Amino acid sequence: MKALMYGWEFPPHILGGLGTASYGLTRGMAMQPDMDITFVIPKPCGEEDQSFLRVIGACHTPIVWHDVPMDYVKSRIGKYMDPQKYYDYRNHIYADFSYRYTNDLGCMEFSGRYPDNLLEEINNYSIVAGVIAGTESFDIIHAHDWLTYPAGIHSKKISGKPLVIHVHATDYDRSRGNVNPNVYGIEKNGMDNADHIITVSNLTRLTVIEKYHQDPSKVTTVHNAVEPLSPEILAIQDKKGVKDKIITFLGRITMQKGPEYFVEAAAKVLSKSPNARFVMAGSGDMMNQMINLAAARDISDRFHFTGFMRGKQVYEVLKASDVYVMPSVSEPFGISPLEAMQCGVPTIISKQSGCAEILNYAVKVDYWDIEAMADAMYSIITYPAMHAFLKEQGKREVDNIKWEYAGQKVRRIYDQLTH
Amino acid sequence: MKTICFYFQLHQPFRLKRYRFFDIGNDHYYYDDFQNEEIIRRIAERSYLPANKAILDMIRQSGGRFKAAFSISGTALEQMEVYTPEVIDSFKELAATGNVEFLTETYAHSLASLGDHEEFKSQVKLHREKIYSMFGIKPKVFRNTELIYSDEISGLVYQLGFKGMLTEGAKHVLGWKSPNYVYASAMQPQLKLLLKNDRFSEDLSLRFNNYNWNEYPLTADKYISWIASQPEPEQIINIFINYETLGSLHPAESGIFDFFRALPRFAAEKGISFSLPSEVFSLLKPVDSIVVPYAMSWVDEEKDCSSWLGNILQQEAFRKINKISERVRLIEDRRIRQDWNYLQSSDHFYYMNTKHTGGRGFSPYDNPYDAFNNYMNVLSDFIFRVNAQYPSSIENEELNSLLTTIKNQGKEIEMLQKEVERLRKKTVKGIIIEKN
Repeated sequence: MKALMYGWEFPPHILGGLGTASYGLTRGMAMQPDMDITFVIPKPCGEEDQSFLRVIGACHTPIVWHDVPMDYVKSRIGKYMDPQKYYDYRNHIYADFSYRYTNDLGCMEFSGRYPDNLLEEINNYSIVAGVIAGTESFDIIHAHDWLTYPAGIHSKKISGKPLVIHVHATDYDRSRGNVNPNVYGIEKNGMDNADHIITVSNLTRLTVIEKYHQDPSKVTTVHNAVEPLSPEILAIQDKKGVKDKIITFLGRITMQKGPEYFVEAAAKVLSKSPNARFVMAGSGDMMNQMINLAAARDISDRFHFTGFMRGKQVYEVLKASDVYVMPSVSEPFGISPLEAMQCGVPTIISKQSGCAEILNYAVKVDYWDIEAMADAMYSIITYPAMHAFLKEQGKREVDNIKWEYAGQKVRRIYDQLTH
Repeated sequence: MKTICFYFQLHQPFRLKRYRFFDIGNDHYYYDDFQNEEIIRRIAERSYLPANKAILDMIRQSGGRFKAAFSISGTALEQMEVYTPEVIDSFKELAATGNVEFLTETYAHSLASLGDHEEFKSQVKLHREKIYSMFGIKPKVFRNTELIYSDEISGLVYQLGFKGMLTEGAKHVLGWKSPNYVYASAMQPQLKLLLKNDRFSEDLSLRFNNYNWNEYPLTADKYISWIASQPEPEQIINIFINYETLGSLHPAESGIFDFFRALPRFAAEKGISFSLPSEVFSLLKPVDSIVVPYAMSWVDEEKDCSSWLGNILQQEAFRKINKISERVRLIEDRRIRQDWNYLQSSDHFYYMNTKHTGGRGFSPYDNPYDAFNNYMNVLSDFIFRVNAQYPSSIENEELNSLLTTIKNQGKEIEMLQKEVERLRKKTVKGIIIEKN
């Protein structure tokens, strides 16, 4: 089974959960012996782990024919992919794109991030996808998240192979209902053209069926999983300098993540238990508003903001925490509570997050129910038995959520479509 | 005859280093030594040292007619002692002429006058002792942080034994009145006030180097003739400025030092003298009292305290330090006392202000929120240390009485021991006598 996947991020350079999920899923699928994956991203950095799949950079795929010698190609892109591929792709340019801005190799530039001209970059990406789909041989196309849907549709039109789209999030989650019509249009078009739709939770599945009017029989939920922690991360020490109990919010401080409910619950907990401390790790457009809110609630000496955290710092914060809280208003899945549980941190999640569907040993509350949230925080920091129970059971539970199983589910969908 | 009363403010805070959440409980050193040293050295070189030299020359060349008052915050003095002792020496030289006066303020240039009154008094006493130990002069005149003043503060200052105080001549307080007289506090008629002349002070501090000003360039001749042309009954012109105006705000190339050097000569021509605040207070009687129910300061157009306590971040931080001040005063640990003083500086609050986000106003932080987070992290660690001294479950009053009991018991034990000793000697003597 050969799969051609389109993604936007791939570790080590990731900006959000999409990269982590793409990596985990492909790794889990690569455990199947006959699975062959080609993964296209806009701009590889050259340090991607290619032991179990092939990474193709859209920025290294020519769309305009240039006569360049092998040695030169090798020196330019040899670090990222096999130079022979360049010539293969060059032979499959399907239209005259010389009016577009390209470099000396005939390739377009990509930022690989989420720039202001994102829609243009999405369009460019699907132009390149046409060349790749015309060259590669594969049985199925798999497109991750709305940015790559146009590329998936284009590839399907060229190759006639079935298209699976993977919905990691919808614009309904990001905007609390006020969708951007352009984004909605791309999402809807992708779903209409897909042969099958994979969603990361039943919550997202319902959104896809109700808001995007899809046939329920074509939509399947495959829950995300989590990679086992590396020994390097397990070895991180708890650097906490205070004896107080620490309750942590970790993520982008944006409307979707419900940070204000965390601050309000913190104020309630502190009125009963003055020895708790709260950490809001991350950055986002609501950060200053949250600093003001904490000051207005008179809890700033016990409510700390760390700013943006990357890589190891995330685990340092988790290791120092006694409770992890994710009060997301709408979360398609949410991998970070699983990571917290791996670190042995009891977790409180909102019922409105996708991961609540598969977790039994996490406290679940409605995101707006600050009373219940404060109550859960209080009992975990006050009753050692509660803390120990959630810590042990939670870790056991999350250790059994493996990408391998998620990969098998995806494989069954592939098999249905190709036979 | 008119007289000019010069007063210069010198202050440097101990700026905080980047203090992360993980440092709480682990790291108890809060200051950015590199930045503090760099700033005080730069300002000493560009401003304090050449300005002190200029003032000394002016005093000598005018035959002792030039006079000026200084208020140097305790934190600035400490930094000078460590990084630029030559500035201290030059101030001692100035002090020896007898033509300069040192004023008292709060030790760390704090906002305590707007918060905890006990704290305010202890900070003022601390500063008074510091000035005395360095220059051998007991200050008689008070000047609050950034000239902050209200009726309530005047009461406190009078209780501390000061006869006079310097403050702002804010338009919204004075109305039609002129700042060029001695006034008294409405609440404490015994406390005399000198009010800053906004126009003449800001000619120097703000406009001196401004090419767009229609009076540019300002010469000593012109400046003195303006002062001389003030109405006859108005006798004192109070020019209160930041000392950094000389050399730092306006660089030496702007001619600010030459301007100052020329002042005594032109003043003598017009028959204008220079006076120290304490001289003015002993010579002149107040013409009227002023009522200031809400605190004013010399900052910005508003002349109020909104630069330090204007938004909820600043109010929250200030509330938190006031909450623990009583407990801190019960602690004798020297490092805690020292950090407590340094954390009081009004500058930390100024960095959190959201009035100047357009660019005006100096801050070592990127934005007010950053300043707030950093300060609160430091304060959290500080509160943690304070609570580690005595359990926070004991009320302050109870703790105070316990501490007094312990102290008294110590004294009592000492006395009883003396008694025992005395009796022992007596009995020994008695035995010896009996034996004999």
